[in-house]
Amino acid sequence: MSEKTKHSEPLLRISKRDGLIWWKSWLVRAAAVALALVLCSVIIILITGYNPVQVYSAMIRGSFGTARKFWIMLQNLAMLLCISLAVTPAFKMRFWNIGAEGQVLVGGLATAAVMFYVGDRLPTALMIVIMLAASLAAGIIWAMIPAFFKAKWNTNETLFTLMMNYVATQLVSFFIMIWVPSGSSVMGIINQNSRAGWLPELFGQKYLLNIIIVAVITVAMFIYLKYSKQGYEISVVGESENTAKYIGINVKRVILRTMGLSGALCGVAGFLLVAGTNHTITTTTAGGMGFTAIMVSWLGKFNAGIMVVTSFIIVFLQRGAGEIATKFNLNQSVADILTGIILFFIIGCEFFVNYKINLRKSQKEGK
Amino acid sequence: MGSAAIELKGITKRFGSVVANNNVNLSVSHGEILSLLGENGSGKTTLMNMISGIYHPDEGQIFINGREAVITSPRDAYDYKIGMIHQHFKLVDVFSAAENIVLGLNDNRKFNVNEVSQRVAQISEKYGFDIDPRKKIYQMSVSEKQTVEIIKVLYRGADILILDEPTAVLTPQETQKLFAVIRRMRDDGKAIIIITHKLHEVLSVSDRVSVLRRGEYVGTLETAKTNETELTEMMVGKKISLNIARSEPKNTADRLVVNNIRCLSREGVTLLDNVSFTARSGEILGIAGIAGSGQRELLEAIAGLQHIDSGEIIYNNPKTGAADNLRDKTPLQIRDLGVRLSFVPEDRLGMGLVGNMDIVDNMMLRSYRRGKGVFLERREPRELADRIIDQLKVVTPGTSTPVRRLSGGNVQKVLVGREIAAAPTVLMAAYPVRGLDINSSYTIYNLLTEQKESGVAVIFVGEDLDVLIELCDRIMVIGGGKITGIVDARRTTKEEIGLLMTKTDGGQINE
Repeated sequence: MSEKTKHSEPLLRISKRDGLIWWKSWLVRAAAVALALVLCSVIIILITGYNPVQVYSAMIRGSFGTARKFWIMLQNLAMLLCISLAVTPAFKMRFWNIGAEGQVLVGGLATAAVMFYVGDRLPTALMIVIMLAASLAAGIIWAMIPAFFKAKWNTNETLFTLMMNYVATQLVSFFIMIWVPSGSSVMGIINQNSRAGWLPELFGQKYLLNIIIVAVITVAMFIYLKYSKQGYEISVVGESENTAKYIGINVKRVILRTMGLSGALCGVAGFLLVAGTNHTITTTTAGGMGFTAIMVSWLGKFNAGIMVVTSFIIVFLQRGAGEIATKFNLNQSVADILTGIILFFIIGCEFFVNYKINLRKSQKEGK
Repeated sequence: MGSAAIELKGITKRFGSVVANNNVNLSVSHGEILSLLGENGSGKTTLMNMISGIYHPDEGQIFINGREAVITSPRDAYDYKIGMIHQHFKLVDVFSAAENIVLGLNDNRKFNVNEVSQRVAQISEKYGFDIDPRKKIYQMSVSEKQTVEIIKVLYRGADILILDEPTAVLTPQETQKLFAVIRRMRDDGKAIIIITHKLHEVLSVSDRVSVLRRGEYVGTLETAKTNETELTEMMVGKKISLNIARSEPKNTADRLVVNNIRCLSREGVTLLDNVSFTARSGEILGIAGIAGSGQRELLEAIAGLQHIDSGEIIYNNPKTGAADNLRDKTPLQIRDLGVRLSFVPEDRLGMGLVGNMDIVDNMMLRSYRRGKGVFLERREPRELADRIIDQLKVVTPGTSTPVRRLSGGNVQKVLVGREIAAAPTVLMAAYPVRGLDINSSYTIYNLLTEQKESGVAVIFVGEDLDVLIELCDRIMVIGGGKITGIVDARRTTKEEIGLLMTKTDGGQINE
């Protein structure tokens, strides 16, 4: 039998690395970005015939071209980061909260409702407090429902939180229908004239307050996860529920508390989006950020500091893609292909940081 | 002179910077039993996995019947008539023995129970197995499952058999039966390799023995011309005395009294049935039994992790004199009662420690709630970590290394160190030396003895009967969730304990 079967050593074998020195791992990442840019250049030339250097500089201008673009980039970064920070404690606990999208939306809806019904009848400061409280409550409730079912009956949180997103979207549609009698189902700017419930501009910058609030949340989340007792409990529950029980942690309580926090921060994000950024609500107010946030959180290894960088990369690429699409009159899809390639390389290179590939040794050298 | 059935030359295998096998040479002839001896982590299983096609060597050659062979998958190994019986059985529970035996065979024939049964019966008769081919796996004892695994590879025509720690889960009586079968297979011309770290088994069954130490090939001896001391030295690399200094229990008092406890699983299967015993301070109570007989459930019931359906667990507090019932209390409530209970669970990284956390954070697991305020206090745990690393000679790059990166022995030292540092009055340890090298094992035995001498009630769940008899004061035997006997360790024999281990009247236990 063995005469017939020709066995040969495999051409490629994968083995785990022991941990690269930091500068080597960054070299791998830099090489990945360089490679991605080269590949994108080829695609740009083949598909569009433009000069890739021009395309890349347009991409950079998308975020840094003008002061206005820079502020928009910062605002987008702040919102994405805020939602990423919101999902992080849940993910660190291995609770797959896919429902940030919906939690943000109901938070925004609560703010919009307060703005719509109260109008300019209350002083601004009091109004903002009420809006914030309403958003927090909405986000917490939306997150606690799946958490309660998980803790009580061990239901699947992934499906549950995902389904809650659709409920949230329909809820927003429903209220817009009530609020907009014309039937156009588009909510205009709320309190356009009175500006009641709008977050104030700081130093003439519309988005500065949002950015500062998110910066504070970032630092607080970093400290909470790393240095607080509750953060420690989250890590233990996430790593091993058996260990948590063994040392007497009430796992159900930690699940509920952590999801409450997660939902609360999503509520804050919704509040900032409606009161600070858009002053209106649509079914796409969250704009898919609830899902992108999951990627940011994972790429950032649940570390609030690294997440600033990862969310910057993603926002930068998104802004850049938009810019080249309009500048060169390209199809938006081409821009998306390019950013997709760059992201693929950035994420994919982590494989080469952790593993190495062994080629088959050339046939029996040295005898 | 005929060539060896299988011969390894200069085999080297690395995992990252870890060298699992370095330049290992080995050969077995037909009609010979070779023991592969080495401590845990010395690279025995890695080496055998290369023969059976699970890993591929980085360097070196394998010859089968004198011809060079390249084995890249288990199927290649099968083509070369190599059969491996793994330590953890790879059987489908709901299938019958016969179905498991032919599973995965690709001979284009229809499954015919009678035909398979007939061949199984032939094999059984030839080698002295005792098996019912129609019995389902989940109804079988561990030893029967092992028999199915062996028949499975024989059915496939294996000429070279590798058995990985085959006696780890067997009683002394079952071990004798297995050895008889192995000898008969040898006489039939099979080449057999037994992986083990038990010296007396090496001496009783094998013709030759090859020793590995930390991945290095140390040498091969003829069993008839060697003895336990020489083999130990080869295995460990230096002379060590393997004695446990057992002292007489002093000032004993009933610390933990377990009365008629009964536990059911969620599905209603009886896990523990009418269990009663007393653990005394200043004494080591050993628990012996076939793996999965309810040992884990018993310790977890005491620790507040297993629901108890009836009975009581009384803790006599030496400080207050109070007698508290621990039943239906959570681990936190037990601690709040002032019960100083330490527990070294069987699953170290899955329950006792958090693998991805460093030593300092693992030290805090039990004590992180201490102090007011919402923030963690890492100073004391850091001091404790330094102290344990120093006193128990934990080999680690530093206190900030994740514990899963440490070797099994060092992981265990961290866990046992933390549990002892809590100054317990009751210390429960489940298989605390599993996977540890000889030196670390004796460190742990000495720690347990020290605890006993300082007045702690120690409960020790073990698998090596020789150690249980040497270390403990009393040994309780558990079988099928029932206590089948409590014996005086100073007067009992392995055979007596072995008989008690199998003395279960149909009490099925959920594994």
